[in-house]
Amino acid sequence: MSAREPAGASPAQAGAPTGAPTGEPGPGGADDVLLRVRGLQVHFPIKKGVLLDRTVGHVRAVDGVDLDLRRGQTYGLVGESGCGKSTLGRAVLRLEEPTAGSVELDGQDVLALRRGELRSLRRRMQMVFQDPMSSLDPRQSVESILTEPLRAHGVPGGPTAWRERVLELLEVVGLPAGAAARYPHEFSGGQRQRIGIARAVALSPDLVVADEPVSALDVSVQAQVINLLEELQDRLGLTYLVIAHDLAVVRHISDVVGVMYLGVVVEQAPSDELYDNPLHPYTLSLMSAIPVPDPAVEDARERILLTGDLPSPADPPSGCRFHTRCPFRQATRCDDEVPLPRELAPGHVVACHWAEEVRDGRVRASSASHDPAAVTPSDDGAPASGG
Amino acid sequence: MPDPTPTPERPGALAPEDGRALLEVRDLGVEFLRRGAEPVRAVDGVSLTVRPGEVRGLVGESGSGKSVTSLAVMGLLPRRSSRVTGSVRLAGTELLGMAPRRLAALRGDQMAMVFQDPMSSLNPVVPIGTQVTEVLRTHTDADRAAARDEAEDLLRRVGIPDPRRRLRDYPHQLSGGMRQRALIAIALACKPRLLIADEPTTALDVTIQAQVLELLRQLVGESGTAMLLITHDLGVVAGLCDDVTVMYSGRVVEAAPRRELFARPAHRYTEGLLASVPRLDSARGEPLRPIPGTPRDVLPWSRACAFAPRCAHADRACADPSLALRGLEGLPAEHLARCAHPARPGDAAPVAAGAGA
Repeated sequence: MSAREPAGASPAQAGAPTGAPTGEPGPGGADDVLLRVRGLQVHFPIKKGVLLDRTVGHVRAVDGVDLDLRRGQTYGLVGESGCGKSTLGRAVLRLEEPTAGSVELDGQDVLALRRGELRSLRRRMQMVFQDPMSSLDPRQSVESILTEPLRAHGVPGGPTAWRERVLELLEVVGLPAGAAARYPHEFSGGQRQRIGIARAVALSPDLVVADEPVSALDVSVQAQVINLLEELQDRLGLTYLVIAHDLAVVRHISDVVGVMYLGVVVEQAPSDELYDNPLHPYTLSLMSAIPVPDPAVEDARERILLTGDLPSPADPPSGCRFHTRCPFRQATRCDDEVPLPRELAPGHVVACHWAEEVRDGRVRASSASHDPAAVTPSDDGAPASGG
Repeated sequence: MPDPTPTPERPGALAPEDGRALLEVRDLGVEFLRRGAEPVRAVDGVSLTVRPGEVRGLVGESGSGKSVTSLAVMGLLPRRSSRVTGSVRLAGTELLGMAPRRLAALRGDQMAMVFQDPMSSLNPVVPIGTQVTEVLRTHTDADRAAARDEAEDLLRRVGIPDPRRRLRDYPHQLSGGMRQRALIAIALACKPRLLIADEPTTALDVTIQAQVLELLRQLVGESGTAMLLITHDLGVVAGLCDDVTVMYSGRVVEAAPRRELFARPAHRYTEGLLASVPRLDSARGEPLRPIPGTPRDVLPWSRACAFAPRCAHADRACADPSLALRGLEGLPAEHLARCAHPARPGDAAPVAAGAGA
């Protein structure tokens, strides 16, 4: 399942140092897996009744996800709201208790840890949140926000050393030293996100999970934060799990991209490979739906419009979960047989029965499954005419 | 059911005008008054036109004044605390200073608006059906049964499955995309001649966004509605708009037909914006060239170009309060920009590479 690796590099792939001493700097080798997730499930019970508190079902937010993340690389997880991508990110950090499966950080089983052990492991895995305003305490100064992780994890040196570290962190994320004494509301959205990033890297973690790190920012500021994340990766040797709905952003920063739909990863491939040869019908639809700021591209592209909305994750469709909206749905297999992930190209894994047929054009998108009110490519948006 | 074309008998109907712009905004200014302080100038001398059957994109970041412009056109700004100047003409009729009652008769009938967040613009305790029929009953003489049939038809047209049952649903029972469709259905109920859509798809997922954009595209094409689309998403603009107006800090900085704008952005802000967006079809690893600073780092237009503090090309010529929106040498006449050092076609677009803060 891992990218940039010839076929067969999947699960049992060589020497992730099981039980290796933590904090050992990675050799950066091709098989140096920092984060390994297997069969991860997160189900939330649906409760009914006040006294009896019966469980009447489960929301299967994450329903069996495998992924490998190499040291120093970026894994981008895309999907629409409700597909479980954020829950997956939180479950990896055990901010959400997984129902089943395993998560290994550097060979260490994250799910088996007790509270105290987990706490010390948190030093090595940190999170950047979407909305920097609600993830920073408005009554704490920036210095206090950035000192907190240092104090909580007992970084040696005491207040003097911590203060020095805070100034260093501000410098790293491109904020002036004077920012230390100020409060979150005094900063713009982009600057606040820089503070959030500084907090995440304060303990020099190995893994940073970034959940929609730029989607709350103004367009002209998003690029600054994206560049900062890339710069920090080079400078500090970070490994990222980036969660976003914007495929263009994810493509830009990721080495490997996974596309999630309704709790499962339907396609995973090295970033360029995914964009050049998308195979899963959902990936195809997603890519055709993303507007490109170029009229020539917009006018020429073929749109695959999906019908309807995401089905409820409490009652996912049988067979392939995408079959209710899939424009390539076939009469057989799709409805009743769960497609297993298959590796069709090196590192390119797709969970679709008909991926080869779709790729070779032997199976076409049916117009019948299109929304009657939203007929397909039709016009080119009317050619530009004088203003 | 209302006639497809407005007739003079309908309350508030305007005389039809052919071939000319339906909406003409001239030199629109909006000031918000503050007790004991200088008024804030949110919109400053904005002019734009929208013709029937065409889509005008109004692009800008937060604080650019794009939404305030649309509210001023609709006459939805608070009368007490804001001062609107200039001229807004809908089919030749001046809307500014119009009696509130007459304006209310036009809103929902001749011009309608779709807002960004359908959850906060739909009434949560009233069924969808009632919210659609309300518009019809207010502006047409349809009786209850006729209005309900019309509402059902509208919901079907905007792509809501099983519309008869959905009429009885409350907003929370619909998904985000369905709510936005319901909102569009309400806006379209009286077949308005002008539709203002303020970030209509920003709160939606991309696949749902594609459905809603396709719906809007069709509606404009079929019914000859004039649409003003307010958005920050250049991709949406590239796909849907005929003409584009770019705003920065309350003023129009560039206006051009769609292809022209994307092929030859002239204002340094537009150029920088296009260079800073990650594109799905660009090669991985190409560094983004962000615009340094934030949209809050502005100079007042009365002293200089507001974008100058973030601009790599700024010099003393930019400290000119009289910078005009003008045509540029070598560009078509309809391509206007307000810039002392406009980008020339073929420029390497050297937007400052620093990350800024």
